[in-house]
Amino acid sequence: MELLLFLAAAVRISVPYALAAVGASFSERGGVINIGLEGIMLNGALGFTLGAHATADPWIGLAAAIAAGVATAALHALVTVRFRADQITSGLGINLLAAGLTRYVLIAVFHSSSNSSRVPGLGEISVPGLARIPALGPVLAAPLVLLAIAIVLGGQWLLFRSVFGLRLRAIGERPEAAATLGISVGAYRVLGVLISGALAGIAGAWLASEQHSFTDGMTGGRGYIALAAMIVGKWSPFGAAAACLLFGAAEALQITLQGSGFPNELLQMLPYLVTMLALAGLIGRAVPPRAIGVPYDPEQH
Amino acid sequence: MSGPPPPDSPPGTAPAAHPALARALELSAPLIAVLLALAAGAVLIAAARENPLAIYGLIAHACFGTGYGFGQMLFKATPLVFTGLAVAIGFRAGLFNIGAEGQLYLGGFAAAMAALALARAPAPLPLVGALAAAAAAGAVWGAIPGVLKARFGAHEVINTIMMNFIASALVAFFGRRVFQVATLRTAEIPAAAALPRLAAWFHALRGSAANVSLGLAALLALATGWLLFRTRLGYALRAVGLNAPAAEYGGIAIGRTEVVALAISGAVAGLRGVNYVLGYNHFFELGFSAGAGFLGIAVALIGRNHPIGVIVAALLFGALSHGGLVINERVPKELVEMLEALVILCAIAVQEATRRAARALR
Repeated sequence: MELLLFLAAAVRISVPYALAAVGASFSERGGVINIGLEGIMLNGALGFTLGAHATADPWIGLAAAIAAGVATAALHALVTVRFRADQITSGLGINLLAAGLTRYVLIAVFHSSSNSSRVPGLGEISVPGLARIPALGPVLAAPLVLLAIAIVLGGQWLLFRSVFGLRLRAIGERPEAAATLGISVGAYRVLGVLISGALAGIAGAWLASEQHSFTDGMTGGRGYIALAAMIVGKWSPFGAAAACLLFGAAEALQITLQGSGFPNELLQMLPYLVTMLALAGLIGRAVPPRAIGVPYDPEQH
Repeated sequence: MSGPPPPDSPPGTAPAAHPALARALELSAPLIAVLLALAAGAVLIAAARENPLAIYGLIAHACFGTGYGFGQMLFKATPLVFTGLAVAIGFRAGLFNIGAEGQLYLGGFAAAMAALALARAPAPLPLVGALAAAAAAGAVWGAIPGVLKARFGAHEVINTIMMNFIASALVAFFGRRVFQVATLRTAEIPAAAALPRLAAWFHALRGSAANVSLGLAALLALATGWLLFRTRLGYALRAVGLNAPAAEYGGIAIGRTEVVALAISGAVAGLRGVNYVLGYNHFFELGFSAGAGFLGIAVALIGRNHPIGVIVAALLFGALSHGGLVINERVPKELVEMLEALVILCAIAVQEATRRAARALR
């Protein structure tokens, strides 16, 4: 039972990571690095809060979060795909922009530079059967947890079993070859980035919904962790989700051990250390898509 | 690069080459980017129902209208020279140091701890010790991702981000043991480690926090220029950044050069803390300097990874940062943060666009 409760906590913590990480695998498989996850998630959280605040309906909040995420990702796509600018710098710029924008809106709408007023969360839905699973039942009653599981499964299928996924991956490996076959490199890359934006937006909605409010900088580096998880998971939704569960477990362990005398600050380092060890090849080499980070320029082929 | 078109080419087939025009276009890219960002910012200000020109006028007056304001702008620009140079050194070697934030954080903490440890030592020692500790802490924090990249091929971008989080946890861990009771700061550093304010010599700057760190930043810019363009190491560093396989063919050890480049970059970032810890507050405080590391990326981009460009860009961002505080009564200062982000996005987009246009002109 203890173990199941721990697992339940790990699943709950890893939801936003998994959503953003699965999204990132679409962006990066198409060849566009997305360090802007952090800012997209932050804008998504704000979108949820604004939507839920204005209508008192958290589902409209969720729609607003997706819209905010897609809009932010569209800016990243514009700069990196249309203008072919450096992808890492663009992502960092988007993170800075989101940090300033969310605080600006917070002041304009809620007259506070730190937090919004309380908004309704997405609540629970009862799925017969699931509710009776010990310990995990309550976690599986959260609609976004179910959605996240569906997205992980569906994402894996879409990326590796569908025509769309095949083309997207081809573009991330050899865009010039894909272009020769008449596939629009730009359109697919934009689509990959937008999918990433929608999912990171949902991740932000989860954070704001759980907390029933928006607080300044509430993503707290989760976007970066999600990106790392996607790399550790070798650019696949299944792998990314597994890595996110690992990070979720590390965080759950940190919460469990709090007050046990073990220095909390050292526990906080766990997910970051795990990431660095993983990147150093502890779990086998992580080979990125061949054309990642390289803007596609038809004039040069 | 290419010269005039060959004389035997039939007239009318190749467009006339304008290498000088192309070069001018490329050089003016940062200026175009800043103007574009200011235009976008004007839209944001107008959306907040204020007159953009009046707001920009206020910022300009805040920075150049009074000696105090000018000093404050210099004070805000100082850390950005350090982080801008740090990021630029990395960029020159083809490395993206997003870890300046963590390096400067550890550097600032190390500077305070060294100054406190040397409190009883004779005069120049506390200061020298603090500077050395700041640079050393930053260098170590920069070298680690360098080693991981050289040895295991792990990308420095993710690792430097992870190291930022680890640095902040590490400082919190050690800080809890040394911070003053019920505060998040260290004790005051000894007077022998403190850097005097510039107002001691230039009375016009009275009241402003600009201090001797600015001179240190200028010296560091000179040293960076010398390192990059006048030394064997700088040559190796730039060669690796421009074309790693060719550099290796030329006998340059890529891995070693990358580690050294990130260590130097980290040391420069680590010194950022002196402006605040030794020159202003005279203690280290948890969470100091949030964002200077990331802004360093913008400064390096706008400054085209050149020491002189970095100084100019740091002054621009220093003006925005100080100006933001002044306009806060009329529009939220967060607007300036958005403006800074817009400068980054415009800079990279314009850089690509002008490079393309310049190529067509050659």
